[in-house]
Amino acid sequence: MKWARTVAIVFLLAVSAACLLAKVLAPASYAHQFREEPDAVPSRQHLLGTDDLGRDRFARVLYGTRVSLLLAPAAALLSSLLAAFVGGFAGFAGGRVERFVMAGTDLFLSLPWLFLLITVRALLPLNVSPMVSVLITFAMLGCLGWAGAARIICADARALSQSDFILLARASGSSGFRLLWRHLVPNLKPVLYAQFWISVPVFILTEANLGILGLGVAEPLPSWGSLLRELESFSTVSGQAWQVVPLILFILVVSSFHLVLSKEELPV
Amino acid sequence: MARPAIWNAWQRDIDKLSALPKLAVKILITVLIGGFLGATLVRLAPGFGVDEEELDARLNTQSIQALRATRDGDGNLFVYYARYLNRMLHGDLGNSRTLQRPVLQLVRERLPETLKSVALGLALGWSAGFLLAVAIVMSRAWYLDLLSSLLVGVLLCLPAAVLALLFVLAQAPARLLLGLIVFPKIFRYSRNLLARSSALPHVLTARAKGLGNMRVLIWHVLPTAAPQLLALLGVTVSFAFTAAIPMEALCDIPGIGQLAWKAALGRDVAVLVNLTMIVTLVTLVANSASDTMGRTFRTSEV
Repeated sequence: MKWARTVAIVFLLAVSAACLLAKVLAPASYAHQFREEPDAVPSRQHLLGTDDLGRDRFARVLYGTRVSLLLAPAAALLSSLLAAFVGGFAGFAGGRVERFVMAGTDLFLSLPWLFLLITVRALLPLNVSPMVSVLITFAMLGCLGWAGAARIICADARALSQSDFILLARASGSSGFRLLWRHLVPNLKPVLYAQFWISVPVFILTEANLGILGLGVAEPLPSWGSLLRELESFSTVSGQAWQVVPLILFILVVSSFHLVLSKEELPV
Repeated sequence: MARPAIWNAWQRDIDKLSALPKLAVKILITVLIGGFLGATLVRLAPGFGVDEEELDARLNTQSIQALRATRDGDGNLFVYYARYLNRMLHGDLGNSRTLQRPVLQLVRERLPETLKSVALGLALGWSAGFLLAVAIVMSRAWYLDLLSSLLVGVLLCLPAAVLALLFVLAQAPARLLLGLIVFPKIFRYSRNLLARSSALPHVLTARAKGLGNMRVLIWHVLPTAAPQLLALLGVTVSFAFTAAIPMEALCDIPGIGQLAWKAALGRDVAVLVNLTMIVTLVTLVANSASDTMGRTFRTSEV
């Protein structure tokens, strides 16, 4: 399946490049309203038509994809770093510290985090700007999604801290932070890398769920959640197949993220 | 002198029974800490204490002050949580600000709906996912594996809310939706677990000795994978409760998922904290039960 992985990476790079060049590729800003042409069909000027407010759908797809493709990896990085810190420290320390930290992690895992997420998201100030709302949404995803990864990293750190090369490093006088930074962390990189790539599609999916429920990124800033929310206008979908383009792009992007990891790197 | 086998069995049963109170205390502590964590998140969330009622142009300064005064107790996190626990011990979960009704009453009305959906969804998801995984691993048919992997791959890429929208569009029975949401996860995990178990040396030996597919499955593959499959059962309960939010919100099913969504839109803190604690409790009980079953299974295997 190496070819599938290569295709997925190339596709993700192409989509990312298109999103970064949104200003050049899109005919207008995501918020610009073509008031004469609401609900327009695809044309040379509007490749995917316009929405009910006359905004160019192609521009909104590009900008919305940019929001998700930039911020979901950022949230995944945040959660992977938190997991590395918590799991690595617990596994390295071992004993009571590990038990205590892992009890906390278990507690976090048993919390229904979508409930927590919608709670915190709902309490954002009413006058918050769309950009702040999107940043807070993804920051919350990053802060709430570390626990599962921390358990895996803790188990790996524990196994590594009992390995021969760590014993040798200890015997050579290496200890504390140096041991952790020079010997343990570099060997945890593959696990962290896998956890990062697993988290990205999870966060994209969660943001989409929040967006469809009206608890995601605030208008007029587009995100996949708000773009997919357009599917609510069912009667239009049946007549306007191009409205399904964001959904197809979404499926392709999320499945590409799934394909980036090889089978060996995925947990059961 | 070796102890008789029945004595060992009794000892194991006694050990299991003595572990139950410990487990109950653990669950209670976790729920309390979870509730506190939920309350902390709510308290620290930007915008806490801001109410859209204050934006009503018809209200004068005094009315706004009166509105703020009703939430004064909520300002201090510890006071808020202590008051909440005290009321909870007396069977009062507070009042919903948006729906103007006691939270306990709302939960009583809506929890059975969600439990029904979750139970049906899990039954469907497990039947379809597990049976398909068994069929693929035992038959080793590559085309079946390819087709189901593609289907599951697509389903895993669809947000639960989009599936709910598609169900509404197709006018399909909404209660089946949870089954479709948990199915790909169950299928993928069980398929991988069963494939791993069926590649173990003792299973290969059993096959080489000419044992039938069914016997290999029941006596060799399933017992090896059972503890992890049981753990998966606990995880899927929690997953189904989470997926119930978009399903109930978009398919208009009056369960606690819909209540949570309405409360989130209406910034109803009391309802949200209570629902979080209830779902945490259900999740913990399900996880503990599946863990205990898994451990029992391992012990009996030994």
